[in-house]
Amino acid sequence: MALLEVRNLEVSFGLRSGAVKALRNINFTLDRGERLGLVGESGAGKSVLGFSILNLIAKPGRITGGEILFEGQNLARMSARELRTIRGNRISMIFQDPMMTLNPVLTIGQQMVECLLAHRKISRENAKTIAIQKLKQVQIPSPETRIDQYPHELSGGMRQRVVIAIGLLMDPDIIIADEPTTALDVTIQAEIMELMVELCERNNVALILITHDLGVVSQVTQKAIVMYAGRVIEQGPTREIINDAQHPYTQGLMNALPQMAIPGQRLNQIRGSMPTLQKIPTGCAFNPRCDYVMDVCKHQLPGYTRSGNCQVACHMVAEMKRDEVSSEEV
Amino acid sequence: MNAHTLTEAASVADETGTDSLVQIRGLYKQFNISGDFLDQLKFKGGKIVREQSFVHAINGVNLDIQQGEALCVVGESGCGKSTVARTVMGLITPTAGSISYRGKRIDDLDDKQLLPYRKKMQMIFQNPYASLNPRMTIAQTLEEPVRLHNPGWNAQQVRDKVHEVMFSVGIDPSWGERFAHEFSGGQRQRISIARALAVDPEFIVADEPISALDVSIQAQVLNLLMDAQEKRNLTYLFITHDLSVVEHFGTRVAVMYLGSLCELAPTKALFDRPRHPYTQALLSAIPRLEDDRPPHIKLQGEVPTPVNLPSGCVFHGRCPYANERCKREIPRLIATDDGGQVACHAVEEGRIN
Ligand SMILES: Nc1ncnc2c1ncn2[C@@H]1O[C@H](COP(=O)(O)OP(=O)(O)OP(=O)(O)O)[C@@H](O)[C@H]1O
Ligand SMILES: Nc1ncnc2c1ncn2[C@@H]1O[C@H](COP(=O)(O)OP(=O)(O)O)[C@@H](O)[C@H]1O
Ligand code: SF4
Ligand code: SF4
Ligand SMILES: [Mg+2]
Ligand SMILES: [Mg+2]
Repeated sequence: MALLEVRNLEVSFGLRSGAVKALRNINFTLDRGERLGLVGESGAGKSVLGFSILNLIAKPGRITGGEILFEGQNLARMSARELRTIRGNRISMIFQDPMMTLNPVLTIGQQMVECLLAHRKISRENAKTIAIQKLKQVQIPSPETRIDQYPHELSGGMRQRVVIAIGLLMDPDIIIADEPTTALDVTIQAEIMELMVELCERNNVALILITHDLGVVSQVTQKAIVMYAGRVIEQGPTREIINDAQHPYTQGLMNALPQMAIPGQRLNQIRGSMPTLQKIPTGCAFNPRCDYVMDVCKHQLPGYTRSGNCQVACHMVAEMKRDEVSSEEV
Repeated sequence: MNAHTLTEAASVADETGTDSLVQIRGLYKQFNISGDFLDQLKFKGGKIVREQSFVHAINGVNLDIQQGEALCVVGESGCGKSTVARTVMGLITPTAGSISYRGKRIDDLDDKQLLPYRKKMQMIFQNPYASLNPRMTIAQTLEEPVRLHNPGWNAQQVRDKVHEVMFSVGIDPSWGERFAHEFSGGQRQRISIARALAVDPEFIVADEPISALDVSIQAQVLNLLMDAQEKRNLTYLFITHDLSVVEHFGTRVAVMYLGSLCELAPTKALFDRPRHPYTQALLSAIPRLEDDRPPHIKLQGEVPTPVNLPSGCVFHGRCPYANERCKREIPRLIATDDGGQVACHAVEEGRIN
C-alpha cells in the first residue's frame, strides 16, 4: 500500500457567483521516503492541493469528492479531532513565509516545546533536549543559545531552518512544503534544499514540494506532477518530464526558461495566461494557448494517455500513441 | 570614511570611463537607524553619551554604465542593489561620491534641475501591484508623465503618444479606461514598462522587474524589454537575483556583496570563469535542470549585518580562501585578462587563477 493515495479528489469554492471547481479529478500516490514535485504557474491549484491533503482548505473551499488515503485512512472524511492527531504530527507543512509558522512573541524553544508536549507524553526537559537536537539537525549554529531567541532575532534563512526543524519535530511521515525557499537568496536556497533532501533521506520522510522553479524540482524530486487550471496535465518520473516533456504546456514551461534560448535572443514565451476558475475554457483548458490545438481539444476534455512512465492529458499525445501502436501492429 | 580608498578606487574606474552614459564614482550610502534623539542617548561608564548606528548600504562603489549595454547587478538581498539603483535615479542622496550622466554631475541637483534628466532616466520597480496608482485609469497613468515632460503638447499629441507606446508594448487600447487592480501581475508590469517608455527615455533602471512573475510571464516581459532595447537603443541597469536571467539578458554583470563590488565582467566571461570566491559560490548555487551538475560550493556562516561591517574584505568571514591579509586590507578592483575587474587578494596573489 502506498503511504498516501489521492483518488479522484475534487475541491470547490462556493463563490457569490456560484460554485467553482478549484481541483478536478486529482489522482496520485506517494511512497514512504519518496519526493514529489508539484509545478505549474500561479493559480494552477498547487497550494489548494497542498492544503487539501491535510483537509485544511479554508472556507469557502471544500472537498467535494474523492478520497485522501493516508495509510488507508481517508483524511477527507475524518473528524476535526482525528485530523489533529495527524496534522503537524504524521504530516507536517512548511510555508513560504516562515512567520506563518512562527509566533513572534514566543521564543523558538517555547514554540518547539509546546508543540512536542501537545503531541507526546514527555517531560518539559526531555522536550527541550529533543528541540535542541532538531535545531542541530538543521545546522543552526549554537542551538543551545538560539533556542532562547525570538524569531525576529534570526535571519530569513535561519528562520526557515527553524521552521524545518519544527516540521521535523514529530518525526513525520510526510512533509508538505509550499515554496519553502522562494523568499530566500539563491545561495541560501541551495543550502536549505540540500538540507531537506538529506534529512528526508536519513529519516525516510516523504516530501511534497510545491514550487514554480523547474530547476529546484529537477534537483530535489524523483516524481513530478504538472498542474494546469486545477487538473493534473502530466505526471511521472521527474527526469523523464524534464528531459522529454510530452504535454504542450509542460514543454511551454520548459522552453520559456532563459537557459532554453540563445543568450540575447527572444525567449520562447507561452502566449496568454492561466485562466481564472470562473472562466476555465471547455475541452482542454490549455487550448487557447496551445500551438497544437485541434478541433476536438475545444469541446472534449482529454483523458490520460500513457507515454513512457508518464501520464499525459492531451489529445495530440493520445493520437500520436494510437499511431505508434497501429504502426507497430503492421 | 577613508579618503585613501576613495581616490584609489576612483582611479581604477577612470580607465574605462570613455564611452559611459552613467558614471558612479566612490559611492557611499549610510542610513541612520538610531531613531530619534532620545533613543540615541545611552548611559555608559557613568556618563550620558549619544550613540548613533548606521547601515553601511554602499561602501565605495565605482561603476560605469556604457551606452547601449544591459548591465546586470546581482547579489544577495540586502547587499545594496536597490540602493545603488535609487541613488543613480536621484531618489536618495549619496553620503559620499558622485553620479554623472553624460559627464554632467547630477547627484547634487535639485528637483527642478533634475527634471530634464528624469525624462531621460526612467525606473521600473519589482512590485507591479504597488507601483501603479490605484485611483487612476491606465490611460491617466500613461498620460501623466507625457504631460509632465512635454508641457507644450496639446491633448491630441499626448493621446497619440500614449497610443503609440501602448501599441508597442502590446497593451490593448481598451485597457485605457480600466484600473490597475483589474489586471494580472504580468499585465501590470507591461503597463509600468509602457509608462517608463512613454517619455522616450535613453536609460532605464529596472529593479527586479520580473521577480514577482511566473516563468511564462517572465519570458513575455523580458522579451518586451529586449524588443524595446533594440527599437529604442536603450541602456539598462538591470537588478535581479535570478542568474539565469542575467546570463540571457545581460551584456555585463556586476556582482555585489555587502555594499561592495566584488566582480565586474562581460556576461560570458563571468559565467565561463568566475574569479571572485563569492561569484563562484553564487554561480554554483543556481538550480540547474541537468542532473549531473557539480555540487554547489557551501559558504560558511551567514551574511554579516551591514551595521557592523567586517574589516578588510567584507567577504572574509565566509570565504574559503581568506587569510590574514584579507582580514586587514580592503581588496581593490584589479583588471582581469578577460575584460573584467575583480576585487580579491587571492586573485591578485595568484592563489585563484
Ligand atoms: N479562498 C479562495 N476563494 C476563491 N478562489 C480561490 C481561493 N483560494 C484559491 N482560489 C483560486 O484557486 C486557484 C488555485 O489557487 P492556488 O493558490 O492553489 O494556486 P497556486 O498554484 O498555489 O499558485 P501560486 O503559484 O501563485 O501560489 C486560483 O484560481 C485561485 O484564485
Ligand atoms: N531607508 C533605509 N533605512 C535604513 N536602512 C536601509 C534603507 N534602505 C535600505 N537599507 C538597508 O541597506 C542595505 C541595502 O539595501 P538594498 O539596497 O535595499 O538591498 P538589495 O536591493 O540588494 O536587496 C540593507 O541592509 C537594507 O536593510
Ligand atoms: S489537448 Fe489539444 S489543446 Fe490541449 S494541450 Fe493537447 S493539443 Fe493542446
Ligand atoms: S580578498 Fe580574501 S576574503 Fe576576500 S574574497 Fe578574496 S580571498 Fe576571500
Ligand atoms: Mg501557491
Ligand atoms: Mg532590492
